[in-house]
Amino acid sequence: MLNRIQIRDAQARRWRLRLFKEHLARYCMGIGGIAVIAAIALIFIYLVKVVIPLFMPASLEARASYPAPGGHAAATLYLAMEEQNEVGLRVTADGRVLFFKVADGMPVAEYPLPLPPRTQITAFTVSDEVQGQLAFGLSNGTVLLVRHSYQSSYPDGRRVITPLLEYPLGEQPLLIDSKHRPLRQLAAQGADDQVTVTAWTEDGRLLFSHLQRGESLFDEPAPLQQQTQLLEAASIRPDFMLLDREQRSLYLANRSGEAQYFDVTDKAAPRLIETLALTDGAQLTGVRFLTGQVSLLAAESNGRISQWFKVRDEQNQSHLQKIRQFRAQRSPISALAAEYGRKGFIAADEAGKVGIYYTTSERVLKVQRLVAQPITHLAIGPRANGLLAEDRDGALHAWAIDNPHPEISMKALWGKIWYEGYQAPEYVWQSTSANSDFEPKLSFMPLAFGTLKAAFYAMLLAVPLAIMGAIYTASFMAPRMRRVVKPGIEIMEALPTVILGFLAGLWLAPVVEDNLPGIITMLIVVPLGIVAFAFVWQRLPPDVRGRVPEGWDAALLIPVVVILGWAAVASSPWLEVAFFDGSMRHWMADELGIDYDQRNALVVGLAMGFAVIPTIFSMAEDAIFSVPKHLWNGSLALGATPWQTLTRVVLLTASPGIFAAIMIGFGRAIGETMIVLMATGNTAVMDPSIFQGMRTLSANIAVEMPESEVASSHYRLLFLAALILFAFTFVFNTLGEVVRQHLRRKYSNL
Amino acid sequence: MTRLKTWFRSGSPWIWLNAGAVSISIVLVVGLLLMIAVRGLGHFWPAALVEMEVSENGQTLTLVGELRDSEQVHGTVLSESGYPGADPAAMYTRLLVKTGNRDLYGSDFRWVMEQDLRNRRYPPQLLAVERREWGVLYGYLAQVRENGQVVASGDGAWQVLQQRSRRALELYQRIRHLEQSDIGAINHQLERLRLKERRRQLDGELDAQTQAYLAAARSDLQSQYQQHMSRQEQLYQQIARDSVVIRTVDGREVEVPLSKVVRSYRPNTMSVFAKIGFYGEKLWEFMADEPREANTEGGIFPAIFGTVMMVIIMTLIVTPFGVIAAIYMREYARQGLLTRIIRIAVNNLAGVPAIVYGVFGLGFFVYFLGGNLDQLFFPEALPAPTIGTPGLLWSAVTLALLTVPVVIVATEEGLSRVPRNIREGSLALGATKAETLWRTVLPMASPAIMTGMILAIARAAGEVAPLMLVGVVKLAPSLPLDGNAPFLHLDRKFMHLGFHIYDVGFQSPNVEAARPLVYATALLLVLVIVVLNLAAISIRNRLREKYRALES
Repeated sequence: MLNRIQIRDAQARRWRLRLFKEHLARYCMGIGGIAVIAAIALIFIYLVKVVIPLFMPASLEARASYPAPGGHAAATLYLAMEEQNEVGLRVTADGRVLFFKVADGMPVAEYPLPLPPRTQITAFTVSDEVQGQLAFGLSNGTVLLVRHSYQSSYPDGRRVITPLLEYPLGEQPLLIDSKHRPLRQLAAQGADDQVTVTAWTEDGRLLFSHLQRGESLFDEPAPLQQQTQLLEAASIRPDFMLLDREQRSLYLANRSGEAQYFDVTDKAAPRLIETLALTDGAQLTGVRFLTGQVSLLAAESNGRISQWFKVRDEQNQSHLQKIRQFRAQRSPISALAAEYGRKGFIAADEAGKVGIYYTTSERVLKVQRLVAQPITHLAIGPRANGLLAEDRDGALHAWAIDNPHPEISMKALWGKIWYEGYQAPEYVWQSTSANSDFEPKLSFMPLAFGTLKAAFYAMLLAVPLAIMGAIYTASFMAPRMRRVVKPGIEIMEALPTVILGFLAGLWLAPVVEDNLPGIITMLIVVPLGIVAFAFVWQRLPPDVRGRVPEGWDAALLIPVVVILGWAAVASSPWLEVAFFDGSMRHWMADELGIDYDQRNALVVGLAMGFAVIPTIFSMAEDAIFSVPKHLWNGSLALGATPWQTLTRVVLLTASPGIFAAIMIGFGRAIGETMIVLMATGNTAVMDPSIFQGMRTLSANIAVEMPESEVASSHYRLLFLAALILFAFTFVFNTLGEVVRQHLRRKYSNL
Repeated sequence: MTRLKTWFRSGSPWIWLNAGAVSISIVLVVGLLLMIAVRGLGHFWPAALVEMEVSENGQTLTLVGELRDSEQVHGTVLSESGYPGADPAAMYTRLLVKTGNRDLYGSDFRWVMEQDLRNRRYPPQLLAVERREWGVLYGYLAQVRENGQVVASGDGAWQVLQQRSRRALELYQRIRHLEQSDIGAINHQLERLRLKERRRQLDGELDAQTQAYLAAARSDLQSQYQQHMSRQEQLYQQIARDSVVIRTVDGREVEVPLSKVVRSYRPNTMSVFAKIGFYGEKLWEFMADEPREANTEGGIFPAIFGTVMMVIIMTLIVTPFGVIAAIYMREYARQGLLTRIIRIAVNNLAGVPAIVYGVFGLGFFVYFLGGNLDQLFFPEALPAPTIGTPGLLWSAVTLALLTVPVVIVATEEGLSRVPRNIREGSLALGATKAETLWRTVLPMASPAIMTGMILAIARAAGEVAPLMLVGVVKLAPSLPLDGNAPFLHLDRKFMHLGFHIYDVGFQSPNVEAARPLVYATALLLVLVIVVLNLAAISIRNRLREKYRALES
């Protein structure tokens, strides 16, 4: 009795255990399987997640508002912030320089400017925002240069920022106007060895003064030598004056929009280049440099802001050219601030709105109302992460800006962009730079072009060879030979592409370069030779022909191909002598104007074509081979020749499969990295010539990714390149796969 | 003529052209393999040393070297490159000579015109000295010195040189062992102590007791370190004892300390058997030794080791996950539109460019996962990343993701080939689904799983582009597996055969000298991958035969 119960218990226990195992297996499999599939989906999701911030707008967040430090008695001349956005700077019209905490407006330091007695500030200009250099024009015809800088120290582990004020030319103002009249407008550049100052005096003279340090004889620096002249060519009364950091270009403009551009490279003889209108009717409300001091930003009373820079025309004559304009604000623009390290700027208008713009990408990243009153002064943090605005009532408003990736837009990626210093809009990829004045050129067009070009030339070689080979292997080849040939070619698919790339770059490229006519001859001679051999073979006596069994023709052709190929390459030097004066490359350069790059599209096409052949061959062969045999037999029985049967029946049936094979091969050629990395020069040129190199998306990732800073725009852009490759190949493969599955169902119905 | 026309109309030329395409493909494939094989294997054969006179620009100089290559050059090209008196209508033969002696001539190779060569000869006494720096030195043996004193000179010095070279090599091995194992272990332990201290400090548990313990452990290690250093000093003195003086063919005498000599040999006196022996020795060096001279000389052992290590770890990750995913999709998931879409998606992932996986691996695994793991588990080493940096583990995981479709597809195919009646029989006998799977289906599908695994390994072994982003370096200071706990260092960067090819072939300053080595590396990689693929194919074929027998 007891025994039976025990047995039943044991059995039940076993059952429960088995059931438990069953459930466990089910859950494990479910979780594991879904996890793997999720991991695969994660690739796509993660790539998208990294890319999305590129296209997000900027955002603004209020930090603090307080009355302007130093009181309302004197108007503000200038506002600025240091790099951490901790300490702000306000310069007033009565000659005080006030440093204060941006967070709450509490004063940090106040320095009076060393103005001579009984003089006032009558003109003010910012020489160089990045270096913190300002210039003041005084009522006695003199100019004072001032520079503000900041020192960080860490007593007790906390950061303390100490503001400093320096006078590059000493505290003694520099005399510009020998008549001692007040200076009304001012532009000044330079500090140590070379200083240029342009000033508009109260009595309407435009003075151009150049100071240069002479040859130093002893250790102490030689004194500055000053030359001042009157610029008589100036025909407008300037309300705005700008001199660039290189001290080569001087721009004057007045409120009605008239402007004059002087070339002052030769300091002894400044030249008026042109007089032009910066606006079409509207009032000009502000003109300033973009960072780098190459581009001008012109703000208008209708809210429009336009970008201008010098462009050289065919006669090598530079003139100011309007590049692009923004019209996102409606009220008159009252203040402009340019980013220090990028080509972006912020504009404030009389409606209290602020717009964040980026020139290269032509993006308006944000337009937002900060205050109800008009904004009169604007400062941007050097890292472009904060702004300081003063409104008409004299209150300061500190805001935080989040604007990490303004450089990217669809236009910047895929459109022609007019970059600074270029003669016309162009597609350029040039992502890295030596300094922050450089304008990153982030057009994907050259890379996409290079990718498609490499894939095109590869397909040009691979498609005919692979498809024709597949046709023969599937239709005519003897089964015994097919059993060796097919896996033999398929194994090549697994051949590491780094080896193909290495051979292409170090062996094939020099060989092609040295035997160019031979290689081209080979492309013509080998097919012709094959047909010629076939014709001769056909006319041989039957007992000779009978020695080679049917379906072994390909084996017969191997020596033909080897000999013809070798002969073509070997004849190359003689061909060069006979037709190309000894060197085909020189001949092409001289006669046709075609440049030859050693690592070019021809080499890539040969190497990558070789890599793609097995992919296409294998799938096309499968498609043709699986065409039902009764279609063959029926057609042959009706009297069609094998060739007719093949072209009219078999290939038609198998064509979707062949199409799928080509698509999947194309997808592989698009994404291939190592071959193009090693077999091209990786220069991002857009030249369809077969003798020029290219840079592909994938090679670009491999080259630039290791040096890219995490989460920077460049980093995200490379992720975008990867995402494009992913999406592109995924779509092509899916299309191919769907076609193949459809075909498989169709065959099973036949 | 009509015969030609009818022949064309029969379509037969097109068939022949198609046959030609196959022939071209075969010629390309075989030619490629042959070329890699010949160039890769030829590298280790000791080439004869030629001494010859070259008259250039009216001067005659004597050269010694190996003839490496020859090419036909056209006269116009020559005169443009500054060769005087070339006839623009004629062809000239140009020879590439490996002259060695980079420290004396500035480069290892030079081109000479065949017509300028006089008096080629093969003196038996010509000596080749492979050095650890500056490449190979060709010349005549002049003297062997001990502490600056001549102990043997002339031809009789050969035996002495061989003896003393062996001694120097032995000492060299001991120094290396001392430096890498013993001193390396002490450095490793010191670093661990530092991290321990920092960890305690971060946790606020650094009390006096721990500090005393740490100080004691440190001083103990320091004294061991001193011992090793003095031992090392001794060995360095011993190895510096001998040197060899070589008289180069232009009469200069070069003294090479034996500590810098890898081997010296006289190729012109070697018999065929001696050459075969030498070949074997060089081949062994190639497979088992470390690289020298910025990877252009010596062996590729660290690259082989790194590749194998990475592939093993990848296989350990990819096989279970790939198999589970395949079982889930084939046996457990409902077979509907969704499953079909997933299946197509998985299939297509095999065609997504490898570099995309590299980008994903760098962003997600290295920076995101690794960075967060560092914050959690290795805060003591911050800001230096421990695992949040490209390394072995992330490479293996990235390649596992890259190859998981291969395993899934192969396993699914295997599962679908298991006949239905076997499953039903098992279920009818009362087995649960899990038992059926485990006892009958999986064993029958195991060859397919094997196939998938092998194909995944073959793919992973040859993939380079993603690894360039997630963990490969040109020269790793230490192997990922060594005698210091925890023995397997998943966070270390490693060397890889494929990247070695890219790096030496394209980034090396002395490409000409490195090229044969790259061919040899390429040959090794091709062999591994072809063998793996052949294995997969034969397993697949055998599997098919087996099921065909079952189904009938």
